[in-house]
Amino acid sequence: MEELLQYLFSGITNGAIYAVIALGFSMLYNATDLINFAHGEFVMLGGLGLVTFWTVFNLPLPVAFILAAGMGGFAGFLFERLAIRTVSKPQPIVLVIITVGASIFLRGAAMLVWGKDAHGVPDFSSHEPIDIFGATLLVQSLWILGIVLIMVAGLHFFYNRTLTGKAMQACAINKRAAWLTGIPANKMVLLAFIISTSLGAAAGVIIAPVTMCSYDMGTMLGLKGFCAAMLGGLGSLWGALIGGFLLGSLESLGVGFFSSGLKDAIAFILLLLILYIRPQGIMGTADSKRF
Amino acid sequence: MNDQGKNTENKDCLPDSSNGPLLELANISKAFGGVQALNDITFDVPTGIILGVIGPNGAGKTTLFNVITGAYEADSGNVRFSGKEIRGKKVHKIVTQGIARTFQNVELFESMTVAENVMVGCHVRGRCGFLDAIIKTPRAKREEQWIMKRSSELLNFVGLSSQADQRSGDLPFGWQRLLEIARALASEPSVLLLDEPAAGLNATETRQLGSLIQKIRSNGVTVLLVEHDMSLTMTISDMIIVLDRGSLLAKGTPREIQSNEAVMAAYLGKGK
Amino acid sequence: MCDMLLSRINPIRFAFFFLVIALVGLLVDNAYYQQVLILIGINTLLAVGLNMLMGYAGQISLGHAAFYGIGAYTTAILTAKYQIYPWIALVIAILLAVAIAVVVGLPTLKLSGYYLGMGTLGFGMIFNIIFREWSSLTGGASGFVGIPSLSIGSLSFESGRNYFYLVWFSVWSVFLICSRIINSRAGRALRSIHDSENASMAVGVDTMTLKLQVFVLSAAFSALAGFLYAHYISFISPGSFDFLMSVRMVTMVVIGGMASIWGALLGASLLTLLPEWLHAFSEFEMVVYGLVLMLVMILMPQGLTRGILDIYERSREKYRK
Repeated sequence: MEELLQYLFSGITNGAIYAVIALGFSMLYNATDLINFAHGEFVMLGGLGLVTFWTVFNLPLPVAFILAAGMGGFAGFLFERLAIRTVSKPQPIVLVIITVGASIFLRGAAMLVWGKDAHGVPDFSSHEPIDIFGATLLVQSLWILGIVLIMVAGLHFFYNRTLTGKAMQACAINKRAAWLTGIPANKMVLLAFIISTSLGAAAGVIIAPVTMCSYDMGTMLGLKGFCAAMLGGLGSLWGALIGGFLLGSLESLGVGFFSSGLKDAIAFILLLLILYIRPQGIMGTADSKRF
Repeated sequence: MNDQGKNTENKDCLPDSSNGPLLELANISKAFGGVQALNDITFDVPTGIILGVIGPNGAGKTTLFNVITGAYEADSGNVRFSGKEIRGKKVHKIVTQGIARTFQNVELFESMTVAENVMVGCHVRGRCGFLDAIIKTPRAKREEQWIMKRSSELLNFVGLSSQADQRSGDLPFGWQRLLEIARALASEPSVLLLDEPAAGLNATETRQLGSLIQKIRSNGVTVLLVEHDMSLTMTISDMIIVLDRGSLLAKGTPREIQSNEAVMAAYLGKGK
Repeated sequence: MCDMLLSRINPIRFAFFFLVIALVGLLVDNAYYQQVLILIGINTLLAVGLNMLMGYAGQISLGHAAFYGIGAYTTAILTAKYQIYPWIALVIAILLAVAIAVVVGLPTLKLSGYYLGMGTLGFGMIFNIIFREWSSLTGGASGFVGIPSLSIGSLSFESGRNYFYLVWFSVWSVFLICSRIINSRAGRALRSIHDSENASMAVGVDTMTLKLQVFVLSAAFSALAGFLYAHYISFISPGSFDFLMSVRMVTMVVIGGMASIWGALLGASLLTLLPEWLHAFSEFEMVVYGLVLMLVMILMPQGLTRGILDIYERSREKYRK
């Protein structure tokens, strides 16, 4: 019982991270029909950014947090402006390779700036782990969950309560029609890139204390987040959340009951299962063949 | 073209069609979500005619084609082709049996040459696979020669011989339509479904298309023609069916249709 | 007419290619150059196989490194652990890759677009994890050592020159096979799927079966490449068959130019040579590699072969004026 609870705790914590990364994938896919294979690298930028701003520059944590997330967003801005927009005939396969190129570039750049070693970051607040029915819960997990919830609520507010958010949704549904009603579709794409990448970077910031940050931490996180997005249904924001938590929980249960070596396989087996059984994902619409 | 004459001898899958209609649709219905695209459609197509299918936009004409060719499966009803049920069969199986089509928005293999497009059209009449190609079996050589001969005949038939080596995507639109027809004929169909073949053509091209369709029919191919160009449809069709919002509104000869009040109402608006 | 021309040009081209291989093999003495050329050959095998699937049939795969790995690990395990004759191991390796390709391909190829990409990515990752975790068989993360070198009777392939010939005449044969397929009934049907799967079905092509066939074919070529790689390097580890390798394969195809077997040669050469050249940049290697990838795709989305041809044609037109 305690074990189960313990697995569940770590599953929910990981799940929250996957959910945020999946959110980034899904909202970008919504706005641009593009899958950003460099997304995991923005998570890495967030984590390593925190290392610099917080532990090296000794800035206050909230400032360091915002700077690190902002750095991810700025990198996303540059990426969209300098690489994605310059493609004259954007075929999916070309865009995919550009994002793959970007991920290699970012990884290389991070290696130059932060070196090959992994960096640790202290917890946001150093308390004793909390004991609940014999299972321990790290305080950082609470931080992670709390911040993820705030980000999700913020995104929800953005989409449903602000004009810009609604305009972006309109673009996602029909770019041309949105353009005809006067919504600047190009700006929406740029904005979607910035939000998506800063979400990714923020995810990197909040997991920095529970993982070691290094230049190559992003790839696996990105792929897992991607699995989560597919699980929930690509393009569905609620789906991204559900997919993230589902993946996190199943993964930690799998580690508990099988072996830790198989941990990474779980995400991909789930990915294949969902693709074969219900390609549109748990929350997705039937429009599964959409490119 | 003379080769069309031998069309019938290749139809081993086609029994003697004199004892029944070539194509029979019985009580076909098809809905998409809440929209009833086809509602209890029943009609027969006798061998060797040109059947015009007309109706306002959204009447279900293209859906009807998609049901016949197997792209969609009807929710209920039967589609019989020379006496055999074909509803629920895969698209490529139905083509093999002898039903070919063209598309409303021309779907050519754009990166391939004009000749290659027609050669792909011959696909169902060939049998050689990867292994034949790799080893270059005599069978593959013979088949390849036959395919080349057949495609050049068909290009000749539609008048595109001199464009054979052009990239098909670079052809002017009117010629793309002709090429698509040649490609469909390459499968040696006994029924050819043409989905708005005159759309986007000018008056001269439309007239030429009309005589081409009649030539195809005289070579023994039954033609189903969805077309908005009324003068074309009325001149070349032997029979016409009218669809309106998924239902069969009328069927008859062009003359009967032209004087049918229900049809007039559907086209001009109910109030008048 | 075009085909008559092609059928006449093709034998000349292949004879020329044969001669070039023979000559290069004779002339290159330097062991380092031999090694680079051998690796280019192996990568070309990978690229040309994947190109059949991606460039001609238009189906993306982000997991093809799995088949490369299956080829390498199968022959490694069979020859080093069970002392099976390598050429028999080659047959088994290819058959195994084919069998797995059928099992994986049947459900996966029903998907399209990004979903197909994801499905193939998923199975590629799973195989990589198998290579890493099934350590009793594969040697785990630290790799598999002691793969014997190849020989036929008294002819040993231990020397760089002999291995060069082995690899490049495999490339030559695979090129011949591919070019024959492309210009056949099945090959045309394959290319038609790339342009419009709908129309392809409408002219009677059984697209599902054909896609599966070409998937299997490319898996077999990848397994052959894996076999040649394993016996050349004599040491393999999961890192050589990971997601990045799958991506590298896709990149070779796209950079070289899709739907061109000679483009695959160019793409494979470039992606093998680039890291070699970039050693000079040492630390900057990854940054430059990523940049080059992005730039090529931004400037020449059709791939280098097409891109260079375009530039050539444009400059020729300029001179004419």
